Amino acid sequence: MINDKDSQKIVDYIQNFSRKHSLFVMAYGTGCGAIEIPATMTSRYDAERFGIRGAATPRQADVLLITGYLATKTLKRVIRVYEQMQEPKYVIGFGSCTINGGMYYDSYNTINALEQYIPVDVYINGCMPRPESVISGFIKLQELIQQGKADNGKRYRENLEWYRANQKKIIKNWKMPDYNW
Amino acid sequence: MEDLGLKIFGAILTTIMAFAVGMTYGGIVRKLTARVQNRFGPPFYQNFLDLVKLQSKKTNVAHGFMGHTAPVWIMVASITVLMFIPILNGNLWFPNLSFHGDLIFILYMMVFGSLGMALGAGQTGNPNSAIGVTRGLSMMVGFEIPFVLALVALMVQYHTTSIQDLMQIQHESGTWLIFSNPFAFLAALFASLGMFRYSPFDIVGAPAELASGPMSEFGGKYLGTMMSGGSIFAFIKLTLYVDLFLGGAGNPDHTGIWATLAGIGVLLIKTFTLYMVPVFYGWVSPRYRTEQAIRYFWGWPTALGIIGLIWAVY
Repeated sequence: MINDKDSQKIVDYIQNFSRKHSLFVMAYGTGCGAIEIPATMTSRYDAERFGIRGAATPRQADVLLITGYLATKTLKRVIRVYEQMQEPKYVIGFGSCTINGGMYYDSYNTINALEQYIPVDVYINGCMPRPESVISGFIKLQELIQQGKADNGKRYRENLEWYRANQKKIIKNWKMPDYNW
Repeated sequence: MEDLGLKIFGAILTTIMAFAVGMTYGGIVRKLTARVQNRFGPPFYQNFLDLVKLQSKKTNVAHGFMGHTAPVWIMVASITVLMFIPILNGNLWFPNLSFHGDLIFILYMMVFGSLGMALGAGQTGNPNSAIGVTRGLSMMVGFEIPFVLALVALMVQYHTTSIQDLMQIQHESGTWLIFSNPFAFLAALFASLGMFRYSPFDIVGAPAELASGPMSEFGGKYLGTMMSGGSIFAFIKLTLYVDLFLGGAGNPDHTGIWATLAGIGVLLIKTFTLYMVPVFYGWVSPRYRTEQAIRYFWGWPTALGIIGLIWAVY
């Protein structure tokens, strides 16, 4: 019964349905995009109707939302937060800066492409993306979850050496604890 | 033997009902809060979705034995207390392990889950957890005093320490204890504001300040188990208050299926009305600091409890 393919399909469907309708968001708001998060969460755009809800700590979170540019100094913290999150986990790159550096493309202390350091599921384009586009990004993520295509943690585990090498190029003093995620 | 089987079935039925009602109440409160804030809000079954998601997380990190068992402690304490609370007055479908003195037993047992949680949160080593635990225990010192005073007033007034007896007294006299000792009820009601941890007493979990306090290192299945235990516990507190002050629900003379359903309906109406008191108070209040909260509980609620005690003696 347990190994039956059809019953597994039903379980997967239920799990994916609940996962997509209950996204606890860890908003990593060091970039300027953080200002759009309160607008998305509060009365006018009300992300809670999709089950999107803020989480206070990485242990409880499902979605890591990188809002805007990422300084080389904060990259270390992002990696620590990301590795503390429990699978299945998802990452949303928010704003142009996470895609190609945006207006900080030639800055000496920001990273240009977030994808080099942690896997990303959905990008939201714009500088800044308005709450509508943030919500549409979340809907896109929900579609990916329902189809079972959001395998962020798996990608990270499988390509760990590549990500670690990229991370160590930026972070010179690498003193990080090992997580048994 | 048949009797035992029926009792076990009744215990399982009680647990499932407490869980379902507690979770649904939580969802309804989220929806109502959203409507008050002029939002659309999540559906009322959102808590169940959250629970399924949390239980289907693939990885979970534990921080030692106490951290691993802390959610279980909450669950065990909740179900243990639930077994001693009469859901419906003298109903066969919801049996309980009541004995003379169970009111005192419940007073002790109700803090058991919080203490297990405190030990578990302490082992995770997160500074936010430690602060949350100290805040929670301080606040417990605050609201336990009016709560115990109110219960002692009832015990003194009717010379009994059994919840079943108190329900029977209300059933026979036809007068709810809210009318025969209103001061005790008010003291207990103020104490319930602290028990439910809505604003202004959400100082333990304070998400913006303490990163959800004691449960900040608990995710996935741990958080899910805590959530279900907490939901059962919310139902327990409400049912205890209804049993003690609002005449309980159900009629010991009629225990048929329709009478049972009617009793459950009455219980749901009473508990939901009572649940709205801390929720309404929370909507219009910002957060207190710890010492403000304790001063609040040691002020008027305690005074009302003492007046209730004097009322009971004379």
